[in-house]
Amino acid sequence: MQAMIVKEFRQMRRDRRTVALMAGLPLLLLIVFGYAARFDVTEIDTALLGPGAVEMATTLDPVFNVVTVNELAGADVGQDLLRNSEAGVVFVHTDSGQSMLIDGTELFMAQSALRRVPPGFQPNLLFNPNLDTAKVMVPALIGLVLLFIGTVITSLGVVREREQGTLEQLAVMPLRAVDVIVGKIAPYFVVALLDITIVTLAGLWLFDVPFKGSFPMFALFSLTFIFVVLGLGVAISTVSKSQSEAIQLAIMLLLPQIMLSGMIFPLESMSAEVRWIGYFLPLTWFVIGARGILLKGTDPATLLFPLGILVLMAIVVFGIAVFRFHRDIAPKRSSNPTSPVSAAAVES
Amino acid sequence: MSWTVKNLSLRFGDVNALTNVNMTITPGNIHAVIGGDGAGKSTLLKVLAGLDLHQTGQIHLPTPENIGFVPASGGIFGDLSVEENMEFVAQAYRLKNWKPRAKMLLKHCALDSFGDRISGQMSGGERRKLAGSMALLPKPGLVILDEVTTGVDPVSRMELWRLITRAASDGAAVVAAMTYLDEAERSATILLLHNGHVLASGRPQDIVAAIQGSIITQDTPTNRSLAWRRGRQWQQWDPNGTPDNTTSITLEDAAIVLELAQERAEERTQEGNPA
Repeated sequence: MQAMIVKEFRQMRRDRRTVALMAGLPLLLLIVFGYAARFDVTEIDTALLGPGAVEMATTLDPVFNVVTVNELAGADVGQDLLRNSEAGVVFVHTDSGQSMLIDGTELFMAQSALRRVPPGFQPNLLFNPNLDTAKVMVPALIGLVLLFIGTVITSLGVVREREQGTLEQLAVMPLRAVDVIVGKIAPYFVVALLDITIVTLAGLWLFDVPFKGSFPMFALFSLTFIFVVLGLGVAISTVSKSQSEAIQLAIMLLLPQIMLSGMIFPLESMSAEVRWIGYFLPLTWFVIGARGILLKGTDPATLLFPLGILVLMAIVVFGIAVFRFHRDIAPKRSSNPTSPVSAAAVES
Repeated sequence: MSWTVKNLSLRFGDVNALTNVNMTITPGNIHAVIGGDGAGKSTLLKVLAGLDLHQTGQIHLPTPENIGFVPASGGIFGDLSVEENMEFVAQAYRLKNWKPRAKMLLKHCALDSFGDRISGQMSGGERRKLAGSMALLPKPGLVILDEVTTGVDPVSRMELWRLITRAASDGAAVVAAMTYLDEAERSATILLLHNGHVLASGRPQDIVAAIQGSIITQDTPTNRSLAWRRGRQWQQWDPNGTPDNTTSITLEDAAIVLELAQERAEERTQEGNPA
């Protein structure tokens, strides 16, 4: 038994990634998620509209962080502010009455607002009147499924080829490097496209999720996000020597996306120390776009910013991944095998 | 037309993987590359196959369309069936009307009834035969085989050799790394590598004839450091002996003597240059 234990410790010591996973990751997760996992939203972006707006600002609970005051606007403008995520709650105070509009797609924020309805205001939940969890989760789950397919499945596919030694075989065949790289990634792109179609249709049909916004915008978000996640998958494969290493890395990338992207816990409720991480995660921006398009019918112009961030991520991540794949994984063929190769180096 | 490698050298970090290797590869012949573990056989074959390992030297090789390669690691796509593997090669090499040749190659190595079989589920010998068939499908002018018969059962070995010799008789130049010296003896030329250096090269009979000293057969060796088993008896090399014709010397004996001579030379160098 002693021999087994010693052998096991020696093997464990040489597998640095596993040691890091076992020792460092729990601590990191505890700290990060301890700050992130908060259900109570203590700051709600609020808009005050109508002639009584300024007066109203002094009477509100401190949780309502007033970001917009417009004495000339009415309920229509309020709905647009919620639709474009410029505010989570809108108070409208006109001569004809008082109303409180709440964005129902932000579950925890909406619940927090409902607990603090000022006297005389009738709350009105928009976009998700029953605060249905499924409706809020489905757009985010579409992103999560894509993330899983893109990172885990793609990285495993590439690493398997590396493990079997068939990448060398490909390199000596009369195939161009671009044939190998595109040929390797294209099937996963098609599978991811199929997945997004199936999951979206299933979500709409099974959970009555609405599709209120622009379909072309949703397609753009999806395609861009697919490029990001495929890039992540290829990037993982370039630093993984085995399939188990690829899975470990993929999990390390997936967990923060689930916890810090706003998919479950609202970004607004996270402490500033970890919230910034969320803005570097692609799922964060996909969730903003998908929820906005499906549930609220957000104006496409408003979604250009999150889409732009995703495009930037796609260019950087996919670019790095393809560069590393070409440099580190795909073995290179001598540029011109019939000519001298660095003869000068030999002569020197 | 022959293919050549001149002064080929290659380093992996501090290790000299290949040092000043020269080789001439002629069509219609089988050229064996032999040597112990880490001698540089696979590295040399990868360079010959056209991989850029940052080598230096002069290399004159065919274009990729004219090279067939079976790496030591397998050379097949395990998730594909036998037929799909052949089809992939045909498409990669842009072959037309390839099916009759694929069928013929598979038949020669008794895989013609394995068309739908997933190649990763086949035995080791069957996988190597498939890899050999894939390498030969495009009718390459240069066939490079890395230990294609290692660990393969005798019948499969025979079938593989039938494939290889047929390719050579059809005009292909074959370069094969081998672990079985009885196979190497059938080759036109042999390149014996040791730690990346060429210990000997030429025809098998010339390498055997060039052995310095003598080899004697004994029941009990008098100097174990210079002796090796051969059947129930021992062969012992006497570096200062006079060659005689009474002991039959095989290629294996010659390879062992050359390695022993190299080790003795290295020891003398170390003694003369203490660190």
